[in-house]
Amino acid sequence: MQKIIKIIISIVFLFVIGIFYISLTRDTNYNTSSLINKETPEFKIISFDNTNFYTKDDIKKNNYTLINFWASWCAPCKIEHPILMKLSQTKNLVILGINFKDKETQAKTFLSELGNPYDLLAKDKNGKHSVKFGIYGIPESILINKELMIIKKFVGPLSVDDYNNIIEIIEQL
Amino acid sequence: MLSNLGNILLFLNVILSLSIIYTANRNLRISGEVDKNIFQLSLIQSTSIIICFFVLIAAFVVSDFSLITVYQNSHSLKPLFYKIAGTWGNHEGSLLLWAIILSIFSFLFLVYNKNHPKKFRLLTLIIQNILILGFLFFILFNSNPFSRISPVPSEGLGLNPILQDPALAIHPPLLYVGFVGASIYFSAAIASLITNYSERSFSLSIKNWVLISWCFQTLGILVGSIWAYYELGWGGFWFWDPVENASLLPWFAMTALFHSLIVFERRNLFYFWVIILCLITFTLSVTGTFLVRSGILNSVHTFASDPTRGVYILLFLSLMIFSSIFLLFTKYKKENYDLNQNSKETFILVNNWFMMFYLITVLLGTIYPIFTDALTGNKISVGPPFYNAIIFPVVVVFLVFMALGPKAKWIKNKFENIRIYLLILTGAIGLNLAIIFFFKSYSLLSNFIIISATFLIISSLMDAAKAFKKNKLDFARIISHTSFGFLVLFIGLNDIFSVEKDYNIKIGETKRFENYSIQLQNLDLKNYKNYQAVIGKLEIKNINSNQTNILNPEIRIYDKPKTLTYEAAIKTSLIKDYYLTMSNIDRSDYYNIKFQKKPLMAWIWISVIMIVVGGSIRLFSNAKNN
Repeated sequence: MQKIIKIIISIVFLFVIGIFYISLTRDTNYNTSSLINKETPEFKIISFDNTNFYTKDDIKKNNYTLINFWASWCAPCKIEHPILMKLSQTKNLVILGINFKDKETQAKTFLSELGNPYDLLAKDKNGKHSVKFGIYGIPESILINKELMIIKKFVGPLSVDDYNNIIEIIEQL
Repeated sequence: MLSNLGNILLFLNVILSLSIIYTANRNLRISGEVDKNIFQLSLIQSTSIIICFFVLIAAFVVSDFSLITVYQNSHSLKPLFYKIAGTWGNHEGSLLLWAIILSIFSFLFLVYNKNHPKKFRLLTLIIQNILILGFLFFILFNSNPFSRISPVPSEGLGLNPILQDPALAIHPPLLYVGFVGASIYFSAAIASLITNYSERSFSLSIKNWVLISWCFQTLGILVGSIWAYYELGWGGFWFWDPVENASLLPWFAMTALFHSLIVFERRNLFYFWVIILCLITFTLSVTGTFLVRSGILNSVHTFASDPTRGVYILLFLSLMIFSSIFLLFTKYKKENYDLNQNSKETFILVNNWFMMFYLITVLLGTIYPIFTDALTGNKISVGPPFYNAIIFPVVVVFLVFMALGPKAKWIKNKFENIRIYLLILTGAIGLNLAIIFFFKSYSLLSNFIIISATFLIISSLMDAAKAFKKNKLDFARIISHTSFGFLVLFIGLNDIFSVEKDYNIKIGETKRFENYSIQLQNLDLKNYKNYQAVIGKLEIKNINSNQTNILNPEIRIYDKPKTLTYEAAIKTSLIKDYYLTMSNIDRSDYYNIKFQKKPLMAWIWISVIMIVVGGSIRLFSNAKNN
């Protein structure tokens, strides 16, 4: 029995170190360029009020859609919020907010206090759907055009430069 | 010139380490006292590595940009204090600090453990010097702070402005003493296994070192949290950031270790468990370093990543782990614990289970994203909800055990006066109800946390009163445990009663909420030596008490490198903190302000300091008894 335990312990350590080694050799920079110009993945995500589902069809209708992943517990999300509020006044842009691993009441308070910039609001309670979009931390935002192509991906809070960038893209329309 | 001197000193240290290993190894085979030369060599080793560090400090002070490290991390316009702090605020310099701590601990361990077997002392010294050599090679061949750059740049690239802060200047050295200090009991544990030195007295040789590293680790974590609180501008002080977790992991192991050491010392039990904890603590320290420095985790801590660095630390880590488990497996003998379920030993074991539970939870949360990424290519994040959901409910049970444990007797305990515990529990519930009645109600879990924390505080204090009468007061334990109860209580109350408001506001405008009003009175533009600042003047008025406070949050624009930072304005009082951050909204007259009222913040810090005070009292009383 003791022998088995010893072998198991050694294997566990070997496994962990092996994974660490693999991680080292991988590209550690979070590179989003591979996502750009790819088609939006299939998704079906429940609306925040549990009344219906959003899918790719909801994006097709819009000239541009910005999918924003956020949560009330995420401090940088608050930092980018004013920018989202400003973006919400932009024509030809629909903002789909995806509330990420959050509590409903806290998310509601967040929006009632800071304002709701989202035209569509969905929730991803355990973060499963967000994974499809390559989300590993929030806030992140993805800009998608009518043809369902991912034009741009923003990692971290949206900055003023990002805002200008988005406006520039939309105004080309 | 400084580069040459630094490199010579580094090489000298390699030679010294080799000589110590050689001399100690030879001395092992001869009977008699430890060779005097070894003491001298060790002393020269510590002195020369300190001088080496001062050479690097000098390079930072005189802004010698011929050194890459100085060029990348300093600037001639930077205030002197931050030039000096810049020495350890980067990867290369901090490794040199590691080498210093390894060497000093090695020397002091040798000097202060004269009553222990010679073989054990010498072997500890040899293993510690192998660790030192490992780090010296890493410094020399991979992360040399004395590497040159040619042609010599005329100006440096500056230090990250958010690192220009007094708290952050002392935060890394404190933490390093903590988790690099753990190296000495790692070496001692290996030496103890090899020499079969498993008597109770082994605990005496390491317990003070465990306490020293634990005190510094706790202080280091505290200072880091205080920095995060006022500098990162989110109003929180713990974010479950991977790097914060990396500092917490060895802390759990250390806490478990010094509690187990009490049992080992008193009852000669848990020898192998103590050894395992010694090994785990330093292994976790190096693992943390690997995770942070190799760049495989993303975090707010900005150490530039370099894959070769990671490979080296990983190799070092693998050697440490596999030689430790090989040795442990060869020497391991089954220990039969005939423990009474109701005894102090069992309670301390329970403490260790809790610590291991926290350790595993935090470890899993920290490395899980690496695993999913490597195995499935999915990038995921483990955020505060995970930790909060798992850690806090368990804290409730932990606190209750913490209240009962110290009262238990060794070998066989009998809880007398159950009535008193029920009375304390009633008191705690009553206090909780009073808070709800007079202030506001909160979640079920918060209720439990407040009750269990109060239960621990009251029972610890009653314990103290009882012991005081018998003149058997254990100050160290009473202070640490009571303060831990207070810490949880204050964190709980702080969380429940914090108020947070966000507004977009322009000059002259006033916003009202509850019984407060906030007015942005004016903005001031000021030029400083290395940055410009937009300083807001905001008046916070408590309408009920007519009390006003002026807060001045800043938006800073640093020149080198060009960075924008938001400085929170904090008004601290014993009862509450007002916390205000301000950020500009582009192309508008409005400023976004975030106002927070955070009760009892100061008491959270004070509780942690008191926990350390408890630890220090234990340390001094141990030293006196020795």
